[in-house]
Order: sequence, then C-alpha cells, then structure tokens
Amino acid sequence: MVYETTIGLEVHVQLKTRTKMFCGCATGYGEAPNTLVCPVCLGYPGAMPVMNREAIGLTVVSGLMLGCDIAHWSKFDRKSYFYPDMPKNYQISQYDKPLCLGGGVKIDLEDGTEKTIGLTRIHLEEDVGKNTHFGASSGVDFNRAGHPLMEIVTEPDLSSPEEAYAFLQALKQILLYAGVSDCNLEEGNMRCDVNVSMRPVGQQELGTKAELKNLNTFKGVFHALQYEQERQAALLDRGERVVQETRRWDPDRGETSSMRTKEDAHDYRYFPEPDLLPVVLEDAQIDAWRKALPEAPRERRARFVQTYGLPAYDAGVLVAEREVADFFEEAVRAGGNTKAVSNWIMTDVLRVLSEKGVGILALPLTAASLGALTKLVEDGAVNMTGAKEIFAVLANKGGDPARLLDELGLAQVSDTGALEKMVDEAISANPKSVADYRNGKAAAAQYLMGQVMRLSRGKANPPMVLEMLKQKLDQ
Amino acid sequence: MGDTNLDVSRLTIREAGDLLASGACSAVDLTDALLRRIQDVDSNIHAYVSLDADFALQQARAADEARAQGKSGPLLGIPIGVKDLLNVAGQPCTCSSHILEGYTAPYDATVIARLREAGAVFVGRTNMDEFAMGSSTENSAYMVTRNPVDLERVPGGSSGGSAAALAAGEAIATLGTDTGGSIRQPAAFCGCVGLKPTYGRVSRYGLTAFASSLDQIGPMTHTVEDAAILLQAMAGLDTMDSTTLDVPVPDYRAALQHDLKGMRLGLPKEYFVDGMDDAVRASILQAVDTCRALGAEIVDVSLPHTEYSIAVYYIIATAEASANLARFDGVRYGRRVSPGNDPVEMYGATREAGFGAEVKRRIILGTYVLSSGYYDAYYLRAQKVRRLILQDFENAFATCDALLAPATPTPAFRVGENTGDPLKMYLSDVFTATANLAGICAMSVPSFSTSEGLPVGLQILGPALGETQILRVGHAFEQRKKAVA
Ligand SMILES: [Zn+2]
Repeated sequence: MVYETTIGLEVHVQLKTRTKMFCGCATGYGEAPNTLVCPVCLGYPGAMPVMNREAIGLTVVSGLMLGCDIAHWSKFDRKSYFYPDMPKNYQISQYDKPLCLGGGVKIDLEDGTEKTIGLTRIHLEEDVGKNTHFGASSGVDFNRAGHPLMEIVTEPDLSSPEEAYAFLQALKQILLYAGVSDCNLEEGNMRCDVNVSMRPVGQQELGTKAELKNLNTFKGVFHALQYEQERQAALLDRGERVVQETRRWDPDRGETSSMRTKEDAHDYRYFPEPDLLPVVLEDAQIDAWRKALPEAPRERRARFVQTYGLPAYDAGVLVAEREVADFFEEAVRAGGNTKAVSNWIMTDVLRVLSEKGVGILALPLTAASLGALTKLVEDGAVNMTGAKEIFAVLANKGGDPARLLDELGLAQVSDTGALEKMVDEAISANPKSVADYRNGKAAAAQYLMGQVMRLSRGKANPPMVLEMLKQKLDQ
Repeated sequence: MGDTNLDVSRLTIREAGDLLASGACSAVDLTDALLRRIQDVDSNIHAYVSLDADFALQQARAADEARAQGKSGPLLGIPIGVKDLLNVAGQPCTCSSHILEGYTAPYDATVIARLREAGAVFVGRTNMDEFAMGSSTENSAYMVTRNPVDLERVPGGSSGGSAAALAAGEAIATLGTDTGGSIRQPAAFCGCVGLKPTYGRVSRYGLTAFASSLDQIGPMTHTVEDAAILLQAMAGLDTMDSTTLDVPVPDYRAALQHDLKGMRLGLPKEYFVDGMDDAVRASILQAVDTCRALGAEIVDVSLPHTEYSIAVYYIIATAEASANLARFDGVRYGRRVSPGNDPVEMYGATREAGFGAEVKRRIILGTYVLSSGYYDAYYLRAQKVRRLILQDFENAFATCDALLAPATPTPAFRVGENTGDPLKMYLSDVFTATANLAGICAMSVPSFSTSEGLPVGLQILGPALGETQILRVGHAFEQRKKAVA
C-alpha cells in the first residue's frame, strides 16, 4: 500500500544568554563538572528562581523572526517528573500560556516550489543537567541545568525526512540570523524530538504516532525518520498496528527502539509556578524588538537576486551565513564589482574558510580590501593571475591590495610597445603554431597567448595580447 | 563573664537593647545567659532542635566589637532563635525531617542576611512540625515540643519550637513561618506575639518552601513592639524573591499608639461559630470590649466564604508542597538510601525513610489534586474560591481598618489528643488559613487567659500592607491589658 507520512518536530534551542534562566550563574560549555552552579540551579532548599529578562527578549526576537504572535501576558508553570538530572524534580516551563504562538518557516521543495511549515508555539524553559554513567556508578553535571531553553513546536506539516531536514536547516539559519543561539549541534545547542505517523494515502484521520527522542543532529533526524517510515510501513503492510510510544534513536545501530509506551507516559501535573510573576509585555517593548530585527535570510536572498542581479543559487550561497552576506554587501559598498565579489566569495573565500575552519570575521581579509581587489581587476591594473596572488596574501595576512600590487610587482603590462615586442617574439619562436592557426586551428592562438603570458611572467594584459596576436596573424 | 545573674526569661528585644546600649551587659553576657537558661529548661520543653553555642558567642563578640566601634541598632547583639527551615550559612537546616539529616546550609536566607547585618545572634534552631506540616509540633521527626504553660499540652505548630522557646524564657525573640497559621496558632497556644506579614512583604528566599503562594516568615516575640522591631529589619523588596513587593517599608514602631481612637474594627461573624470553645469566645469578646474602651468603633462584618477555607487551603498547600518537596531525592544533599543502582529505587527508599507520615500524606494528596483529570475539579476550583475569599476581605476592609477574631477555636490541646485524627488537627487552622489564602497580614496577641490559665490568642487581621494598623491595635490592646492585670 502507499502511505503518506506526517511529521511534527519539537526543537529545543539553547539561548545565547550570559547567565542562566533563573540564577546568576554563567552559561558555558566544556567547563569542569558542577562549577557553574549555585543553590538556585542545584535546587537547594529555599532557593528561588529569578527571571532572566535577556532570555525573554531572545525568545520574543525568535518569535518575531518566525512570524509568531507575541503574548502580552504569559506565565511559567511547573512540570513535574523525577529524573536525576532534574535539580528540583520539576522543570520550570510554560504550559498553556507560552510567549509565542503561531508562525511558520518556509522551505524549498525539490520540485522548486515553496512550502510553509506552521509553528504551534514557542515557549521558554530551563535546561536540565547531564547524566554520565561510569559502570558501577553515575554522575550528574549540573553546569547545563538552568540554561535558558526555547522549545519550538511545529504543526504536523512535514511529510518526509527531506522536508524535516530542510526545515531544521532553515530554522537554524533564521535563529543564527536572529543571533539568539549559537546553534552549535556538537555542544547540544539544538536538540530535537520528532513525532511521526503514517496513514494510507486518502485516509482522513492521522495514523498512530511514535515519538522519537535523543536526536542531536539533523542527519540523525533524517535517518531516524527514514527508519521509522520503513518500520511503520512494514507494520501496516502486515496488517499490524503501530503502538503509540516513545522510541529512542540509536545512531550507531541506525535503528529506533521502544523506550516507553503510552501506558507509562508521564503525568506532568503542570500548575502555575508560584515563585515567578507572569510575564507582561507592552506593545511598545515588542515594537522596539520588532524594529531592531535583522533581515531574514530568505528575504535577503530575494533582495540579492533583485538588487544585485545575482543568480538565485549564488544568492542562496551568499546569504547562508549572515556574516558572509554582510561581508558581501560591505565589499560591494566599498566599490567592489558585484559579480566579481560574489565569485570571489563563492570560490576562494569559502574555500579558505573551510580550509582554516574559521568564520569570515576571523579572516585577515576585509570586505573593503576584497572590494578594492575586484576594482583593480576591473580597471585592468592586475590580471586574474596576479589578483589570485594578492588574494592569497590578503587571506593570510591582510593588507592593502594596491600596495601589494606594487610590492609583488604584479602590475599588469598594458604598454603597447612592450606587449608588441613579446607578441613578435612568440610568433617568431613558434612558426608551427602560426601555421596551424592560419590553417584554421583557432586553438593555436590560445597556445601563442600562453607563450606571451609566460614571457611577461603573467603580467601581460590578456585581452590586449589576444587582440594584438589576432591582428598580426590575420595579416 | 559580666552579669551572671542576668535574667533573660522575660527580657524583650527593647529591654535587652537598652541593657546593651547602656553597657549594663554585653552581647556575650546576654548570649551566655540565654544559653545557660536553655540548658536549664529545654530538657523539659524541647524547643530547640540544635544549638550552635560557639558560633553564637562568636557572633556576640563581633556585635560587642561593632558596638565598641560605634555601631548601634535595636538588634545589635540580640540573640534570636531560628525556625529550623530557614537557611543560615554553615548551620544545619533539617526542617525537623530525617531527610535533611547531614545537610549544612551553604547560604543565608535573605531575612537571615538582613538580621546578620543588623548584628543579631543566631543562637539555635527551633523545633517544628516536619516541613511545617502540622499544628502541634508533634510531627517533628526528632522530638515533641511541650507547651511551657502546661507540659501536657502541645505548643501548637508548626512554629511550636519558636513559640515554646519564648514562653519558657529560652528566647528573646524567634523567627517563625506561617503557611496556614503556623506563627499565629502556636503564638496563641503559648501566649506570645506572632505576626504573619502580608504576602510579599518579607522575602521567602532561603525559606525551605512548604506552599510557595502561602508561606511568609514573621516575628515571634514577647511584645508587639518587639514584633515591630524585628519586622522592620526583615521587610522589604528582595531581588532574589520576585514575589516581594516594591513598596517602601513604613516605620512600624512609629505606628504604635496607646489608644484606638478613630479606628473601625470589624468582627467577622463566621469566626464566632457555634461549637467554638466558650473560654475562647469569652476571652475574645472581653478583648473586643477592651478595644472599644480604647476608642475603637466595633462593627459586625461577614466573610461568607470562610467555611471553604480549610478545603481550599489543603488543596493549594498540598499541591504546591508535592512539587516543592520533590527535590528531596538523595541525589544532591541530605539523606540518601540507595539499595541498588537504580535511581528510581533510590528515590523510593530515600523518601520512604526520610519523610514522616504527615508529609507523605500531604505529598500524596497534593499529587492527586494536580493529576490529569482531577486538576480542574480540585486545584483550579480551589484557586477560584481563593479569589472569593480575598474578595470577602477586600469588602470588609473597605469599611474597617482591621478585623478582630480568635486565632484558634480552642486553647492548646493535649499532646496526642488529635494525632489520630488528621481532619480534626487540620481544623485548628480554620481561623488562620484565610489570611494566607488572601495574602493579607494578621497577628496573634495574647488575650485574656482561660480560667485554667491557658493562653488565648486575639487575632488581628489587616488588609494587604496593613501591618501598621494591626501593630497599632495589638500594641494598644497589650498595653491596656497589662495595665488592668
Ligand atoms: Zn545557578
């Protein structure tokens, strides 16, 4: 039978705040265990939470970037369950009055069309600690406990592993643009729970869903969903039922396994957190956040196509990272040739970044110097061979392109007399190529051209050389 | 040592402060005398769970040195007993529970930090019902505190140790906490003053929570003036407790006057019900007459939703407690019982061994009322009725400055009398839980004793942030009663 897949995601995103959600402890990753802790985030008797307003702001900014309605009145609730990584054995979360409602994320489908994945809500909560097992004993590191955690819940609008993957990429890009999270998957900044069900095509009601936990990479989400699709389809094909349950994804074995069924699902016993006041947001405050929003990546891509006349693909590459897109626009503002700057970034700059494993802001190359370099090429002061040499220096040490041009002796030779001497030398030294050319082998001109470039040690102005060669050969 | 004959048994904060200021005794003398008094009498009373004599004397020395440097203040060098659920850095904080055995507080509660700054000396930790759950201090995991007025009777609870210490002359002042009457009821039973401030007037940071939306820390003292002095030092906004009120703290002592001219005091008819103890009724009506004689106008008022208060209280308090007490799991501090490697087994074994019967009863009750399918019928409905109870008070305070009522339906009952009947025990909070549900302030001051000599508490209830009014009423009544006695 043919089935269709219904997928909904719950994405947990650690916010980039200086301090934790409800105490003054610094947020951090990779510190010695239990060094970023205090009575509040350890759940000591009598300790009380105090709201981190920065976390509220970052969540609202996320909501605005994702097109959500921002709640003027929201509150926090206690979600009770026992687990060793939970300092209080309840998590301060938001139940029925989250900060953000609605919204959506646009993704590109393979057929070139666009699809909007609806969001149900975004709420704010505190992260839990981390358990580690050492054979006979276990340890808990509470450094992470109390880190502000934003939970983004989608509608069941996703219908394939590919769409889920595209959604996560698009979401990550938006959150990075918004500057609300580092979205570093290795450090657990983004973690995902997945709900997936299948039904025969044409059936109205949704199939029974399984919830997948422990998904820390986008690839993991993709593969776990592929596995679940096959598992659930096979069950349905055999006429068996899918059990409503929570399943754990094992990335090493590449399969999901049952964690707990609906019967032993938690009753979280939510009730309003009496230690915190409701969050009241005035219109003026929300408007101020809205006005300060950065341009979203998708809008920026469209603008790059429109304003700079870039191909959609190129625009997509340039806007993938906000800093790269900023760099591009700054280089263009500095007088750089649009198409040339785009090409430099897409090829040489991105290659250098991946070689060095750094972000664009860490490169000695500045946007202004890249713009200036393209201008030198455009003005004929240097040819591409020389420009690449200058770029290599800029990328490693930085500097002024015009000065480098002089220092490296790369100024392009455009003096007619000097060029003519070299062209004549090439013609007289290569009679066979000259004969070939005259016998209709156009490619022979390219060879002669190369000889001139060699004689000029790469500095000859190529269009002028070509022009001169043709004139003399065609005589 | 200085004055070895120093009698601390009836000494007030004011009087002790005068002695210290005049140089008649030092803080070390005072603390030493108090420690000796505790040693003499506490084996019969069991008001203190633990003492920290060395630490107290060290603090007293520091207070004396500070005074020599020119520092002064009403609490400088004054020893204070602290209910065993307030965190004092470096001291145990057992909440009279086995589950917190071995726990040493790593930080000061905000009130402790403020009192420490004012130079107070933390002499010891007073007994209580385990996690403040109870009305007799019989639920302490460590000892049963006796009522110094009659050793066969309970001191009330949950702040029974704090009240008994005062009545036995083992404290100059103590701190209590009040969730449904836990300051006022023991104050009434032991014949001392106990004030529950308005919710949010005093920071709860560092108070081991029983029911977060009801708990308040308050002073327990020999006199109303002392309550004003102690409250003054504790009250005010605290950035560590978001529920504290950003309202300036008035000068409470300045509010104390000798008459009640121009005040309107209400008598809520629901607090004078059939079946209440005759001696209590007579005592309170005599107190009402005294207030009238002091110039107050007495009017009848009605608080029609009073009858639901116990039910509402036990739903909300236990619901919040079920979450607040979830943190006691043996993972990070306190007692751990771990039969194997399974954390769930450890939770069960730790909590089974660590909590007493009443605490378990309330956790189960609270877990039940929050459970899926029951939440609306219990918790949500209780919150709605809670608003009606508040509305009752707002209506009453629209025409009255304060209300007069008994603090308890009976005088102190006998040890063991109510332990077999939780419901009967819960009903001893019937006149006090309403103030916590409404978040208003209320105080119990000693009224006229019964013919058997048992104390009776006159409860004075004021509107939110009406501490000045109830202190004024309490002080004028106390002074007149002393004059006629
Ligand atoms: Zn912390």
